[in-house]
Amino acid sequence: MSQFTLNLLFIGASFALYIGIAIYCRAKSTAEFYAANRGVSPVMNGMATAADWMSAASFISMAGLIAFTGYDNSTYLMGWTGGYVLLALLLAPYLRKFGKFTVPEFIGDRFYSPTARIIGVICLLIVSITYVIGQMTGVGVTFSRYLEVSNSTGLWIGAALVFCYAVLGGMKGITYTQVAQYVVLIIAYTIPAIFISLQLTGNFLPQLGLFGTHEASGMAFLSKLDMLVTDLGFREYTAHHNSTLDMVLFTMALMIGTAGLPHVIIRFFTVPKVSDARKSAGWALVFIALLYTVAPAVGSMARFNLTATMWPGALTGDTYSQPAVSLDAIETSPDLAWMRTWQATGLLNWEDKNGDGLIQYYNDAATAGPVVDMAASQALAGNELTTVNNDIMVLANPEIANLPGWVIAIVAAGGLAAALSTAAGLLLAISGAVSHDLIKGTLMPNISEKGELNAARISMAASILVATILGLNPPGFAAQTVALAFGLAASSIFPVLMMGIFSKRVGKEGAIAGMIAGMLTTILYIFAYKGFFFVAGTNILPDTPDAWLFGISPASFGTIGAMINFAVAFGVSAISQRPPAHVQELVESIRVPRGAGDAVAH
Amino acid sequence: MSDRQSSNAYWQANLRIIYVSIAIWALVSYGFGIILRPLISSIPVGGTDLGFWFAQQGSILCFIVLIFFYAWRMNKLDAEHGVDE
Repeated sequence: MSQFTLNLLFIGASFALYIGIAIYCRAKSTAEFYAANRGVSPVMNGMATAADWMSAASFISMAGLIAFTGYDNSTYLMGWTGGYVLLALLLAPYLRKFGKFTVPEFIGDRFYSPTARIIGVICLLIVSITYVIGQMTGVGVTFSRYLEVSNSTGLWIGAALVFCYAVLGGMKGITYTQVAQYVVLIIAYTIPAIFISLQLTGNFLPQLGLFGTHEASGMAFLSKLDMLVTDLGFREYTAHHNSTLDMVLFTMALMIGTAGLPHVIIRFFTVPKVSDARKSAGWALVFIALLYTVAPAVGSMARFNLTATMWPGALTGDTYSQPAVSLDAIETSPDLAWMRTWQATGLLNWEDKNGDGLIQYYNDAATAGPVVDMAASQALAGNELTTVNNDIMVLANPEIANLPGWVIAIVAAGGLAAALSTAAGLLLAISGAVSHDLIKGTLMPNISEKGELNAARISMAASILVATILGLNPPGFAAQTVALAFGLAASSIFPVLMMGIFSKRVGKEGAIAGMIAGMLTTILYIFAYKGFFFVAGTNILPDTPDAWLFGISPASFGTIGAMINFAVAFGVSAISQRPPAHVQELVESIRVPRGAGDAVAH
Repeated sequence: MSDRQSSNAYWQANLRIIYVSIAIWALVSYGFGIILRPLISSIPVGGTDLGFWFAQQGSILCFIVLIFFYAWRMNKLDAEHGVDE
């Protein structure tokens, strides 16, 4: 069976499953549409949260980010998991007890201010729309690579599928398709990892293989990798190179940003009880960790395989014990067919610059070490593996390791599952903010339950359309998901939610001033280095570590923005009136679990 | 009034559990994984050192244990103060 037929079969089967679930789980009330009638078990919700959370970036890009940077990018691993501890301890149980449908609704009620609610809606929309564009482009790319359709056709097929289960089923349909999508994506991620770990280290658990022994050379795998990359003039894999301060702040921005993402928070509104919300965060992290502990193994092993393909001597002996791979082998050998496949996508490319018939992959910026002598003795004119995209570490992984065709097809279905499940969660957060906070909460307070359900479906359909169009023509800010979405969630949404629960003193003036201060300082700091609205050339300062204020990168500034938010909110609250008695009562009530079940009938 | 006192004691106990948990959360990630890594670099773990392990694997495992510990401890606390569901 051809690879194309296999891909079609696996992707088609997974889509049939999602549509089947959508038809089975139609939403009949707003409680079902926004919160799956609060009837989702903690384990199921944990699985759905894991799929909701793990996006195209987690699935396709993260292993590559770690592979080519090494230890310094452990920030992503800690940052994107540590946020769940904050969710479980500081936000999820209390927001579940509050028992409403959206994040801005809590902000509006707790700070007794429609203005605060609208600012919450604005933050939510910026964060979620930035985020959803990346998912839609991910769907387009995966489709075009594996099903040989154009990018835009792929995008419309993905949009039509999300339309089926999100418009029909709302949160209820999305929850159960996300459970199915989690199963697909975790199988797709771990199968190639197990194979590769077995090949390299003889250990079938990638988590142990990473810290195990490289069988062919008998060295510890990470020592072998360190040696290989430093021989080629790259930075040592396991060593710490970047600023410690920035590493701490970036990890913190990712953690509190994760805890402040509305599409993740609303997942915890679907469980029956407060104690379930705590437990469910634990299950979510278990399911997330299944991928996040495999990712560093996938990254390091794929980098090893790629490098050893370029320098075959490295497999068993010294890096330079054999000549580099020949141009002839790359262009004709069946074992290296994957290089030609991926060259066609533009993610991988090479050029025999010095015309010696060999392709030497090395760091041509290195000034010391064996690589300098090698480059001089072979009369090299620069690195000859000219393009290696990060994403190739996961996408081409099965082919690099020579795995069977069905594994490649599963990876394709898994990449789509990761992108589609996150897109659906984001679209629900967006449409909920429009139909529940803007239409029902502000414009038409007297709308009937049935009217709101229709409004919710229409806003969902409109959100999908907008996201698809933005995915077809991604604006400049779409590439800045990490800085913009996590930065804003960290600097505006997380602090205001936390103060709403843990302080009875912070009132509407403090909350509004804090949110605006956190959001504006973060956006301005990012714009100063990345350009206003990310238009190239409009940046005030060069985007380099030397020019950053105290060495703080724009993507790490969310942490500082959050501190500014807290400081301004407490400062303004100290000189403004205490929140009224009914708000104090509200805070008292969300702090105790008893009575959460009553909110179902709301 | 007694109700208010009980819920106040409940909240203070909850805060204490949160403080301890957050301290451990910070220690295993920002501490062992980043800032304190040079101090524990003499402890080898499979071709690298303990700090690298915490940064890429250990911290995540600790996070999981922390959340389930908190969930378990809070269920007990809820029952002790009669505020369970």
